[in-house]
Amino acid sequence: MNYIPHTETEKKEMLKAIGVASIDDLFKCIPGGLRPKSFNIPEGKSEFEVIEYLKLLSCKNAINLTNFVGGGFYDHYIPQAVDALAGCAEFYTAYTPYQPECSQGWLQAIYEYQTVICELTGLDVSNASLYDGGTALYEAAMMAIRLTGRRKIIVDSGVSLIYRTMLYAYTSNLSIEFVETPVAHGQSCREDIYKHLDDKTAAVIVQNPNFFGAVDDFSDIAQRVHKCGALAIASVYPVSLGMLKSPGEMGIDIATGEGQSMGIPLSFGGPYLGFIAVKKEHMRQLPGRIAGATVDKDNQRGFVLTLQAREQHIRRERATSNICSNEALCALRALIYSSLLGKAGFRELAGLNFQKAEFAKAALDKVSGVKVKRSAPTFNEFTVCLPKNADEVVYRMINKGFACGFPLGRFYRGLDNYLLVAVTEKRTKEEIMQFASSLEAALCS
Amino acid sequence: MQLIFEKSRAGRKGFALPEIDVPITGALPEKYCRKTQANLPEVSELDVVRHFSNLSRLNFSVDTNFYPLGSCTMKYNPKFTEKVAAMEGFSGLHPLLPQLLGGGMLAQGSLEVLYNMERLLSEITGMSAFTTQPLAGAHGELTGVMLIAAYHKHNGERRKHIIIPDSSHGTNPASASIAGYDVVVIPTDKEGFLDMRSYKQALNRETAAVMLTCPDTLGLFNPKIKEIADLAHAVGALMYYDGANLNAILGKCRPGDIGFDVIHLNLHKTFATPHGGGGPGAGPVGVCEKLVDFLPISRVVRRTDGTFALDYHKHKSIGYIAPFYGNFGVILKAYAYILALGKSGLIEVSENAVLSANYCLARLKDYYALAYGKSCMHECVLSAARQLEQGVHALDIAKYLIDKGFHPPTIYFPLIVKEAMMIEPTETESKETLDAFIEAMIEAASLSKTNPEALRLAPLSMPVKRLDETRAARVPDLRWQPK
Repeated sequence: MNYIPHTETEKKEMLKAIGVASIDDLFKCIPGGLRPKSFNIPEGKSEFEVIEYLKLLSCKNAINLTNFVGGGFYDHYIPQAVDALAGCAEFYTAYTPYQPECSQGWLQAIYEYQTVICELTGLDVSNASLYDGGTALYEAAMMAIRLTGRRKIIVDSGVSLIYRTMLYAYTSNLSIEFVETPVAHGQSCREDIYKHLDDKTAAVIVQNPNFFGAVDDFSDIAQRVHKCGALAIASVYPVSLGMLKSPGEMGIDIATGEGQSMGIPLSFGGPYLGFIAVKKEHMRQLPGRIAGATVDKDNQRGFVLTLQAREQHIRRERATSNICSNEALCALRALIYSSLLGKAGFRELAGLNFQKAEFAKAALDKVSGVKVKRSAPTFNEFTVCLPKNADEVVYRMINKGFACGFPLGRFYRGLDNYLLVAVTEKRTKEEIMQFASSLEAALCS
Repeated sequence: MQLIFEKSRAGRKGFALPEIDVPITGALPEKYCRKTQANLPEVSELDVVRHFSNLSRLNFSVDTNFYPLGSCTMKYNPKFTEKVAAMEGFSGLHPLLPQLLGGGMLAQGSLEVLYNMERLLSEITGMSAFTTQPLAGAHGELTGVMLIAAYHKHNGERRKHIIIPDSSHGTNPASASIAGYDVVVIPTDKEGFLDMRSYKQALNRETAAVMLTCPDTLGLFNPKIKEIADLAHAVGALMYYDGANLNAILGKCRPGDIGFDVIHLNLHKTFATPHGGGGPGAGPVGVCEKLVDFLPISRVVRRTDGTFALDYHKHKSIGYIAPFYGNFGVILKAYAYILALGKSGLIEVSENAVLSANYCLARLKDYYALAYGKSCMHECVLSAARQLEQGVHALDIAKYLIDKGFHPPTIYFPLIVKEAMMIEPTETESKETLDAFIEAMIEAASLSKTNPEALRLAPLSMPVKRLDETRAARVPDLRWQPK
């Protein structure tokens, strides 16, 4: 099946109108020597056959494990209405709303999404989305460099290793100095951050909750950072913002994060949703598309893409970013999700996650040899110290039907016995209890 | 239409969470808690459903309208691929699972999809290897430029600039620049091709790469492309292929055979995954043999026992460019599309895309000025220069087409064509759709002489009339504010 409607008769009519004898004539502009050396692609299959084959492949993935793995990517429930509405073809088969009059649905949705992100982060301005939490953090770092004219960035090592690795990869040719500061008692080490903070520093990057699950209040850091003329950047987990102090309340200048937890399936790593929000004064350095409200000729409200002088299609090599396609459909999912949960529901969801995680902490603490790290408060993810190598324990737990967490030794040296455990609203009391008893058994064997 | 926030009623709920089934054991210390709650809408599920259903109807989309947006390849997106991506075995898989000890076995299905897709894309483009990680076309460009930088660095060279034609997509110079290179812009000659004299002058041992689209944004295949590549290679520069226009050449020529060293593809263009109102896309990057070691980690490998695994031990790699393995859901849809079309289907795609574009060109060339050339590949660029004599701009024609039910072509791009209108019909649109569009274009051309005011007033049939974009930028209103 190739989805091409042209009949042989129509093709002939079209060729006649063009004034050539055959389709091959249309490709004469490609020099003969440049024809493909090979094109060994299997012949096509019917829709039914392709679906059957892919169904078989999908069964080779283990999705029946009870999931306690988080690490920045969480197994939250997605209300059915999210799928139904994001599945409207008039949304998903449209493209970037370049022509506002026939794209008001999308433009208004982006404007509403920007509002949700501003409300959650407590900041003033957002954009139409970025690729993921990692690229969003990179864009924030680049913004700070442009805004301050400085090239040194302090990164707290509680920031996800995935994001730090991405940040360093993107900037490897840009002569930017990065300083990593340690985590002390679970939280960002103030002393070390302040030791490195100077008039060459463009930004300090922190994460809340950090990779170990610890919750923090960065108000003091933001204040000190501002005294140095630098910017404070925080990567945050949106579901936690139903409970935790918002970046805006802490005085953070740029908040970024991964929006996957807002109605987007885990889907083996993507598509996800990068979000960014900034204080108003930094608006013109934002990357990517931004929707804004305006009026039409009859003074009726309408929406357009705006502040486009920042963007690649106008500014080319002087653009604030190279981003063109973003993750609009994922942003729409996040907007629908936030609308369904609503003001009270979002807070309730955060509470549910927090309480279940606290319950899991207590349950796991009772397992002999297991110690939950309690040096800092947590939200829905926390660190436990096991009496054995966490990798092996995780391996044994898989056979018992649990993806029981992420071994921190994979990302941090010297933490081989530490396990990062996430508990979302989907995990029941019973599952948590079974997790604890299976862990007990796994540690004994 | 009212905003979802304006429909909010205090106390209304749209979703019920499960009752808490664990004892409440404590609270987070006050200092870590937010003082003011986020002002999210308070609406019912039906409020939400009606709001977004009605919003969706305010958009033109491929499923409802002809969408000949040049350079974007707005072809039909087969429905079955949506079903595939939504299969729970794929959509429910946590990306960290294969990074657990022995965890590769938990994700064999998805790893196989990635592995097979990398092989298929390599064969389609004539490259040695692919990474599926880049999350969009421009992200692929950035990845490609990073690979180029890593290659030169490895050879002990610090090259300074990247050569890009003035007809290029805006993302090309932006990607080169943010990766740390200067951009040298080469003008287009009278025929619509890279000006060879300027090119040769600009090319030297400080050139890191030459970044090209072929066929280019004028819809033309440059017959000197091999010579351009050979000249670049002679000074040690690499050739970068912007695959945005791959829909023109499937099975007809392969960038790898021409001598391109790095290529990105836009799966949401050539391989029919939906554009999602501006994404998600996917921008896999292919490389020639000498660049394979620099590809981002992880790499999907096939073990001797036929199972698949992730390899992170690549010391020359540029590192992580995405959190995981790419926009997997998008890659999966494109994989399903390639399996369905197969070899002959893919070749027919390009043949019919080029046929349809040339048909539009042939039927419109008496009414609009042609930018360059007398034929084209998968898209054609017309100019409203003649209509401008009557004071009618490409923008006015675009707005008139909206009233006729067509999404306008890309306008004012490429930047080098005055009053450009870039039409990419794609292979999935029927002749009667093309004919209706052509008739509307001809009507617009005739109205520009008889009643230009009618074009300047358009559109009249949409929920809004022309919007004040200047005001939007001068007095930015970028979010709803609670009263």
